[in-house]
Amino acid sequence: MSDDLKILEDVANSEYKWGFVSNFESDNAPKGLNEDIVRFISAKKNEPEWLLEYRLKAFRHWQTMTEPAWPNVDYPKVDFQDIIYYSAPKSKVQLDSLDDLDPEIKATFDKLGISLEEQKRLANVAVDAVIDSVSVKTTFREALLEKGIIFSSFSEAVHEHPELIKKYLGSVVPYTDNFYAALNAAVFSDGSFCYIPKGVRCPMELSTYFRINSAGTGQFERTLIIAEEGAYVSYLEGCTAPMRDENQLHAAVVEIVSHAEAQVKYSTVQNWYPGDKNGKGGIFNFVTKRGICLGYKSKISWTQVETGSAITWKYPSVILKGDNSVGEFYSVAVTNNMQQADTGTKMIHIGKNTSSTIISKGISGGRSHNSYRGLVKINKSADNARNFSQCDSLLLGDQCGAHTFPYLEVSNKSAKVEHEATTSKVGEDQIFYCNQRGISTEDAVGLIVNGYCKEVFNKLPMEFAVEAQKLLAISLEGSVG
Amino acid sequence: MLTIKDLKASVEEKQILNGLNFEVKPGEVHAIMGPNGSGKSTLASVLAGREEYEVTEGEVMFNGEDLLEMSPEDRARAGVFLAFQYPVEIPGVSNANFLKTAVNEVRKSKGLEALDSKQFLKIMQEKMKLVEMDKAMTQRSVNEGFSGGEKKRNEIFQMAMLEPSLAILDETDSGLDIDALRIVANGVNALRDGQRSFIVITHYQRLLDYIVPDFVHVLYKGRIVKSGTKDLALELEEKGYDWIKEEVDATLNA
Repeated sequence: MSDDLKILEDVANSEYKWGFVSNFESDNAPKGLNEDIVRFISAKKNEPEWLLEYRLKAFRHWQTMTEPAWPNVDYPKVDFQDIIYYSAPKSKVQLDSLDDLDPEIKATFDKLGISLEEQKRLANVAVDAVIDSVSVKTTFREALLEKGIIFSSFSEAVHEHPELIKKYLGSVVPYTDNFYAALNAAVFSDGSFCYIPKGVRCPMELSTYFRINSAGTGQFERTLIIAEEGAYVSYLEGCTAPMRDENQLHAAVVEIVSHAEAQVKYSTVQNWYPGDKNGKGGIFNFVTKRGICLGYKSKISWTQVETGSAITWKYPSVILKGDNSVGEFYSVAVTNNMQQADTGTKMIHIGKNTSSTIISKGISGGRSHNSYRGLVKINKSADNARNFSQCDSLLLGDQCGAHTFPYLEVSNKSAKVEHEATTSKVGEDQIFYCNQRGISTEDAVGLIVNGYCKEVFNKLPMEFAVEAQKLLAISLEGSVG
Repeated sequence: MLTIKDLKASVEEKQILNGLNFEVKPGEVHAIMGPNGSGKSTLASVLAGREEYEVTEGEVMFNGEDLLEMSPEDRARAGVFLAFQYPVEIPGVSNANFLKTAVNEVRKSKGLEALDSKQFLKIMQEKMKLVEMDKAMTQRSVNEGFSGGEKKRNEIFQMAMLEPSLAILDETDSGLDIDALRIVANGVNALRDGQRSFIVITHYQRLLDYIVPDFVHVLYKGRIVKSGTKDLALELEEKGYDWIKEEVDATLNA
């Protein structure tokens, strides 16, 4: 058993011992959103006054905003008063419900190579992102601290490193940025905080596993990553959610600050519940992720594998402020059944000799719609900026849609910008060729699609790449008629 | 091993095979020749189970089983291999990975355990020699950027790995220079073990100098109209198909 699993198991067992059930009721906020709820959340977390002020300002600003209508997605309006904005971990109540699991999910777990018993244990724990953070802390915290690396939950960081939070919170994604960023700034519950001091190379991958657990809640986590001069960190994020008939809102904010010659690599495998075959239920994934390359030669690299969520609205971006800084975006977005995704990136070139690379692979099956939306902006100051974009779409079947919306704003004549786009279908010839070698159609599609995504998977850390491949195969199930 | 009775098949509503009869016993090599459009590739596609080809009449028994009832992958697992005339490219999927998946699928259907990477590699290295394939080729994406000759060698390499009981070679010689032809033919000959059967579809007698068939058949208008030994191929090379066409058309009109 790996260390992680063992710790998860320990935590799970200890849960039984201490019986958290009794605490459960008191850790829920009432439904709806107003200033009292914002105060409630802040009080629950015993936050300093300045943070409450920040939340309230964000909330007041949010009230003046309207939901964006420009994404190429279609969904029922979210009733923001019908959401629970704060829910502390429940445990036992959730545990028992796993016994009533749909056989379809059981089969899914088997396919993932996770026995249900194990999954039960994992689910007990992973129900709560905080518990997952505990596992990270207990395993590595000391080793990391020896190098001066801070890795903790956001709430802890507020108390332990208020100066860093004060300095960087909202510095990349201000609450005025967009509707969901403002909402997040007002009600964010928890998330991860990560600080790599000058010249330190983080010796291990840092990872956080998010899980939406209880019904009727929204999840609003906030992640802040700071890499000082010459630092390096690779950060992983995974997420799942239980199957529910109602839609649930996930509106996270991730901010990355990369100083001179620092490098941050952020990888996501997003597997929120996508809803059922007919589009019932599923997560609304409205996320703002942005990094800033502040200094000379700093680098931020986003790699994402998006297979889940009913609706995805997400554009991990890089502001290339430092001269010679580098931004990268590698993405695989898969939609099946009734899923809709509008995802891409923004590369904002401000510094001289900045360069960015965008590789996007969209795969659509069923009756899903998959849009790439990307902005490459070269400011007047950005001499010799370079961008290369490649946006490929793969269609499985004939009822799905693939769309590409590339935006280009170039204000400097020395810029060199390249854009390539392709749309293809998984060929019947390819499938037949695989069949003729003894490979079933389902496995053939998995093989072909994995090959198609190889460029992006190669950017993922090894273990994540394996997980991503398996996920891909599962989410594509039944995508070809 | 393979018995085809009165097989009629059409593609896009056009009938191509018109009551074909044909039998292959274990270990035999049958060459099928015939003018363009006579139905040679259609026969290969029907046997492999390509969807666009609709069988309207007749039966095909393979080792006592109704082949036409089986899915393409089940046919492959049961030991039917088709060396494609135009092998398909699969970008991003390495040849080795593709073959490992295929080999293990076939093994699974026989109740055998999957090969691990080490075992697979060992077998692969042995078989690579058969078609003088270098290691780099196994790491490249399936057929992507392969020359015509490399693609055909790759087909024979896959055949060697999958060890079918019946191999159908659909114009494997087309587009090959003399060296590539020799390599491909050597590979095929190395796989003749007295049990494995071959159906070699070709336009040219030249291939049959290297892969010497037990029988040669002429396919015309969707039917086998003449059968003989390898001498028939030589005769065709010399005289062309017209005399056969005349014979057949005369009978048809009679």
